[in-house]
Amino acid sequence: MLVEILFYIFATLLVAGALGVITARNPVYSVLFLVFSFVNSAAIWLLVEAEFLAIVLVLVYVGAVMVLFLFVVMMLDINLAEIRQGFTRFAWLGWITALALIAEITAVIWRNGLGGLDVGRGFVSEPANYSNTLELGRVLYTHYAYPFELAAVLLVVAIVAAIALTLRRRPGLKVQDISHQVAVRAEDRLRVVKVAAEKRS
Amino acid sequence: MITLADMLTVSGILFALAVAGIFLNRKNVILLLMCVELLLLAANFNFIAFSRMLGDLTGQVFVFFVLTVAAAESAIGLAILVVLFRERRSINVEDLNTLKG
Repeated sequence: MLVEILFYIFATLLVAGALGVITARNPVYSVLFLVFSFVNSAAIWLLVEAEFLAIVLVLVYVGAVMVLFLFVVMMLDINLAEIRQGFTRFAWLGWITALALIAEITAVIWRNGLGGLDVGRGFVSEPANYSNTLELGRVLYTHYAYPFELAAVLLVVAIVAAIALTLRRRPGLKVQDISHQVAVRAEDRLRVVKVAAEKRS
Repeated sequence: MITLADMLTVSGILFALAVAGIFLNRKNVILLLMCVELLLLAANFNFIAFSRMLGDLTGQVFVFFVLTVAAAESAIGLAILVVLFRERRSINVEDLNTLKG
């Protein structure tokens, strides 16, 4: 019973946070609302016993990705008035689409029952000595070892791409060019001159 | 007990709100990226709900990969955004019409 009450509290906060993300006037507030939504999602995931992913969501999303978002939002000097212009022009279309989507999805779940699936059945609790992280690791490092390594490669590619995109070369900066230095030959730099000997006076 | 229907409904509402957000904030690229994050979160809710119901960890493994790809996507997206802002001094989607011909 307590779990259910907590679930509904967190779900309400999550939906409120998502509403805040899409309607906030200032992008900084949007990012903070998104952080709030992610924290509530993590709480819900904890309640349904997906503990590892809940912690990963907090660490990776709230800790890294959202900070990156906040950093970019605060770094860019955005003209808010221009961005907000025409905010209400297609707002009705957005809300109608949202309401239609919610109606369709809830109808599929609650009325059709997903084609005979028992949607009203609660999740069976795992025994007390069950470790979600252990079991996930067991699958991840055996059956999904290659996809796991591919994910690592993907992250490396993303790092390289992000750095290569934002790297800025300022003109007139005094930096060493190592390859140029290595390629230098003695005859480029050194000139041997013959000087006639002089008598000591 | 939390049921499958509860989780799927929350995920559906989240998904619909994110779609509405794309309509509402169609000028601001940062907000669009954030709405995509919300969409992916809603999808992850479904994966976790079905994984828990069927007792199959594959769904949670998939959420793991979705999180990885989403992190890479937002990193590159924000990098593109920073480069774009440096070039144009604006992140308004309507200013990005170079490819219009």
